[in-house]
Amino acid sequence: MNNRMKTVFSALAENEAFARSAAAAFVMPLDPTVEELTEIKTAVSEAVSNSVIHGYSGWEDRSQAMVELECEINGNGRVTIIVSDHGRGIANVEKAMQPLFSTVESEERSGMGFTVMESFMDKLQVKSEEGKGTAVTMTKYLDLVSAL
Amino acid sequence: MEVMFRSSGNVLITLLRGDIDHHTASALRHTIDQSMKEFGCSDLVMDFSGVGFMDSAGIGVVLGRYKKMVKSGGRICISGCSPHVARLLEMAGVFSLVQQADTQRQAELMLQSAPQMTGEV
Repeated sequence: MNNRMKTVFSALAENEAFARSAAAAFVMPLDPTVEELTEIKTAVSEAVSNSVIHGYSGWEDRSQAMVELECEINGNGRVTIIVSDHGRGIANVEKAMQPLFSTVESEERSGMGFTVMESFMDKLQVKSEEGKGTAVTMTKYLDLVSAL
Repeated sequence: MEVMFRSSGNVLITLLRGDIDHHTASALRHTIDQSMKEFGCSDLVMDFSGVGFMDSAGIGVVLGRYKKMVKSGGRICISGCSPHVARLLEMAGVFSLVQQADTQRQAELMLQSAPQMTGEV
């Protein structure tokens, strides 16, 4: 069974909950464990938060600044999630991915977003171009022992 | 997201309920800081037993309160962490800075029994 979904929404903070719930609902047929589901929700929340906070920082009309969430699951328990935006992009991806790195010190950012995505998912790939946007691709292999 | 408050001496006990993400974190930190002032408390307990979801925004809230407490000479203790919340906080090294207890009651007692620090040098 291969299954795909794509949803596009405004870069508003309240949509972080929408995005992680949508991703969680979509992977349910794979019968994930509670822990796997929490990991996926957290990783999606981090990626979407990055687009909302950094990707579209200083954007005039946020309702027109769009974030895209794409999920794909296959019968082998592989979950692929892509979160992308058409915002500012990241100047130095390697630096941005370092634990505790944050560009906005004053607002109590932990700088742990990419570290969380990396440790909760099995694979993480970040493609970004300044002025064009960022796409984060995350893959996770679910344990299918209990799913029949 | 919902926060309930209780004060006991100098300790403000905050019971956090719901989801902590970037969206809810700003209201949460504002509510806690405001209540510390209103209750006239110097020390803070953050109880996570009612938290259903948390991402790294929660780490920011805890570290932010910790920094404020360091400045004011107050102390902070967190309690009721689920394995998920504990894993996130552990990842950022929060437990090397902030005390942890199993329950909010234990956290409260921990802060009350420890010697009081002063903000002056």
